[in-house]
Amino acid sequence: MTKNLRVKTGKAIDETYRISFKFNGSTYYGFKGDTLSSALLANDIHLVGRSFKYHRPRGIMTSGSEEPNAIVQLHDNSSRTEPNVRATEVEIYEGLEASSQNCWPSVKFDIGGINNFLSPLLPAGFYYKTFMWPASFWEKYEYFIRRSAGLGKSPTEPDPDFYEHKYIHCDVLVIGSGISGIMAAKTAAKNGFKTLLVDEKPNLGGSTIYQNSDYFKINNQTSSSWLEKEINEIKKLKNLEIKTRTSVAAYHGYNFLLARQNLTDHLPIELRKDKTRHKLLKIRAKKVITATGSIERPMIFDNNDRPGILLSSAIKRYADFFGVACGEKNILFTNNDTAYETAISLIQKGINIEAVIDNREEIESKLLYEVEKNNIKIFKGYTVTNTFGYKRINKISIKQLSKDGQKVIGPKIDLPCDCLGVSGGWTPAVHLFTQSGGRLKFREEDQVFIPNIYPSDQLSIGSCNGEFTLDEILINTPKSLKDYLNIKNTEYDNLEVLSSTNKSKRNIWLLPTDKVLGKTKSFVDYQNDATAKDIKLALREGFRSIEHVKRYTTTGMGTDQGKLGNMHALGIISETAGAKMGELGTTTFRPPYTPLTFGTIVGRNVGEYFDIFRKTPIHDWHVKNKAEFENVGQWKRAWYYPKENENMHQAVQRESKAARESAGILDASTLGKIDIQGTDASEFLNRVYTNAWSKLAIGKCRYGLMLNEDGMVYDDGVTTRLGDNHYIMTTTTGGAANVMGKLEDYLQTEWPELDVYLTSVTDHFVTVSVCGPNSKKIVSEVIPDLDFSDENFPHMSFKNTKIGKINCRVMRISFTGEQSYEINVQANYGKSVWEKCMEAGKDYNITPYGTETMHLLRAEKGFIIVGQDTDATMTPIDLQMDWIVSKKKYDFIGKRSLYRSDTIREDRKQLVGLLTDNPDEVLEEGAQIVADINKSPIEMLGHVTSSYYSPNLKKSIALGVVKGGKNMMGQKLIIPMEKKNINVTVADPVFLDKDNERLNA
Amino acid sequence: MFIINCPFCGEREQSEFKAGGEAHIVRPKQPTELSDDQWAEYLFMRKNIKGVQLERWNHAHGCRKWFNMVRDTSNDEIKAVYKMGEKPPIE
Ligand SMILES: [Zn+2]
Repeated sequence: MTKNLRVKTGKAIDETYRISFKFNGSTYYGFKGDTLSSALLANDIHLVGRSFKYHRPRGIMTSGSEEPNAIVQLHDNSSRTEPNVRATEVEIYEGLEASSQNCWPSVKFDIGGINNFLSPLLPAGFYYKTFMWPASFWEKYEYFIRRSAGLGKSPTEPDPDFYEHKYIHCDVLVIGSGISGIMAAKTAAKNGFKTLLVDEKPNLGGSTIYQNSDYFKINNQTSSSWLEKEINEIKKLKNLEIKTRTSVAAYHGYNFLLARQNLTDHLPIELRKDKTRHKLLKIRAKKVITATGSIERPMIFDNNDRPGILLSSAIKRYADFFGVACGEKNILFTNNDTAYETAISLIQKGINIEAVIDNREEIESKLLYEVEKNNIKIFKGYTVTNTFGYKRINKISIKQLSKDGQKVIGPKIDLPCDCLGVSGGWTPAVHLFTQSGGRLKFREEDQVFIPNIYPSDQLSIGSCNGEFTLDEILINTPKSLKDYLNIKNTEYDNLEVLSSTNKSKRNIWLLPTDKVLGKTKSFVDYQNDATAKDIKLALREGFRSIEHVKRYTTTGMGTDQGKLGNMHALGIISETAGAKMGELGTTTFRPPYTPLTFGTIVGRNVGEYFDIFRKTPIHDWHVKNKAEFENVGQWKRAWYYPKENENMHQAVQRESKAARESAGILDASTLGKIDIQGTDASEFLNRVYTNAWSKLAIGKCRYGLMLNEDGMVYDDGVTTRLGDNHYIMTTTTGGAANVMGKLEDYLQTEWPELDVYLTSVTDHFVTVSVCGPNSKKIVSEVIPDLDFSDENFPHMSFKNTKIGKINCRVMRISFTGEQSYEINVQANYGKSVWEKCMEAGKDYNITPYGTETMHLLRAEKGFIIVGQDTDATMTPIDLQMDWIVSKKKYDFIGKRSLYRSDTIREDRKQLVGLLTDNPDEVLEEGAQIVADINKSPIEMLGHVTSSYYSPNLKKSIALGVVKGGKNMMGQKLIIPMEKKNINVTVADPVFLDKDNERLNA
Repeated sequence: MFIINCPFCGEREQSEFKAGGEAHIVRPKQPTELSDDQWAEYLFMRKNIKGVQLERWNHAHGCRKWFNMVRDTSNDEIKAVYKMGEKPPIE
């Protein structure tokens, strides 16, 4: 049944290469070079989708990235399916499958179409007004909205393609390869600038490349053949890189631009294997020349959205470039000369034109005379007042415009048609310019915004700069280029140009009709169904700012960002509110210019590359021994080592018991390690820790607490004095980088006079920690030359020694409360030392334990974990660690804050131990703590920070922070849980070995 | 993304740097002598100017040096960079 509207081979089409594809389940044919939209139009298919709100039938409207209606879903398969693709940008390939969106159950019969008849009930702000109330109805609303309004389907399986990011540096970036872009690229490259030319289309040449008429000539050749020669020449230039199918998505400050290069979307699926699909180009250009062209404006009249209504320039491109007639009974509707260029192309191709409707009354135009000569009726001073045809336009009504353009007069004339081309003039594509921070100015004579103040080293040329006619472009472009690139002359200084366009235009933002506005559907934003009426309503309701009107009416908020209708929205606001266009300003164009896929944005950072992770040199051993891992900062740390069928709880109980009863071994390599040297190292530590350091003897270790300047605990760890002017500081695993940064900051900015040098050595050492009553026997076997006696090597001391030839630092320090030795060796030897300890510990049932057991053991001992038992609101006093705050030191970071009126409050949250009345009941970390559950509202006193079942104490233990907890020892409190209230007693946070007998044993 | 001219390394991408807030706030030499209000002034009060602002920056993924910057926050123009301890080169 479908017609073939292929008229004559277009410039882009290879008629020897036929391609079959599917649209909404039916098979169609096109040619190599077709876009999905040109191929559909060649098969006489206009209806491709439904609008978002009213579900009105919609057709292809444009031929480029500005398309609001023809957005389709590609592929049916669950991993490659892609929604919201513009049919105008899809190059067809064998096997392409596409389907309409926004329609259910089908594009031809759509339930949501009923919204169209309900539309008086769906005014601007409808969603805000209706679905807000009553709130309990929201679930019901949501079901229907989602069902009928969804914007396509997302893939449900992982993306099979891969993507890349690439940095590019160039002297000159030229965006857009229309005639001015080509001139710019050639001029820049030939003058020694390393130049990159990008264009979103698969071919170069913009719209001039198919401008093949005697009315537009350069040096006596048609403009298309002249440009074709230029393009052939620039392809040979060594200094010029050309990237097609490359769309600039964002233009940031300092000439940093993001572009998406599309490498495989035009290929049949089977040829895409192992190829990069999209590249995200991160371009840093010294100079940027924007030649992004302009977008034709539609016109705003009643029912201006029917399938079969296209921009006149799109009809021309489909005819000239793709060899496709958009209809057999074409009517053009215009307020400027552009439609006559289209008419001439259609005449050349033998495509029938019924009439031209022109808003203008008196027109001196060579192009118009040519059209008239072909016996085509031109209605001057007329406007379209209505259109007819549900799924395809079949008739229009026209009337004469009054002198002031505010009313229609005279009799109504009906004209049958199957295609209406509209031209409301041109809007410069200034999106990238404004994204970069550029300021626009409004040009009254043709009602356009053009670039005015450049925020960076850049230039706009051609029609994106408001130069719309061939002669303007060819005269102005070389001048601008000479100025901008600082060169004496260009090849284009003496071109002979013939241009036939008359620049006159009769701009009427909202065309009058014989109906009252309330009864019309004059669409301003096609994708979001925002009408002129909606905008006027918003203004009546008091909205004034363009940004507010935009959000209230959803104008310009679709995936096309209102590339077609934004200017009309502004125009209507300006007319209604009586404000000047130039003073209203425009809405902000936000990146991306055209949508990017998530794949493009993430590039190769997917799966295991999503985030970097750090492994200790013993990692492989942990893996081999079936450790479960936990993420700590970027580190993968062994969490626990389940045996056979053990669950986490069982494994942790076993590991904890072994560590207290015989021996445990922990990979502590992830702790931050900072090497501190210099004659002022001791003074420096005095200033950064709360306790005193000057008197620490060489070979001794000390625990330190570091505060922020606001007095809150920031980090903790043991620091060892290796020499007179040499310390090694340990930090928490997660805090290492921040502590290093903080120390450097103070050294460089507050205390530059101190002679101190900091080196991060976290990755340089492996730390093997052996603990438990038998630890001494084990390490003595591993390091036989060292005297491990308590007299020679007491708790909190350090020895430099060797294991064979390997240098090794041993600290006797403990985070578990158990006698414990930390062996530090150069990282490469770490695994062998670990294995030596395992071997030596065999007879003592040495048990590897992970972070969970470590946390349990330290909780038994009441040691805090910064970040778990503290947040950024805990002082050392709140932690009941007054003993570590030096009273004698004049100053240290955070000292002054410890006696601010707020930090000395008695009722601050303070760290306490919590014991459940039922010793088998283990509290949930994070659970709230209250005293009185009958009070309303219940006062929250604090929360549980750490909680475990202690296999060594055979009871549940917990730490928590409680308001005024310090003075509540022995008091009963309540932990209210979902199903019951748990009674607890406030206790000393040290549950085990308060006198440190185990440590010193 | 700015290009920042590190006084020690030269021009580098912004992603190598870390911003450190307002510049020229000196830690009091004798904090114990200060009233709560005076200490709070140092501790908490920061300007957030629309326009030309003096800022601290750190070349965190580079030389790790702190330095100062004169930046117009309204258009991100970096008017000057200068080393710690130096006076701003322009008003
Ligand atoms: Zn640097």
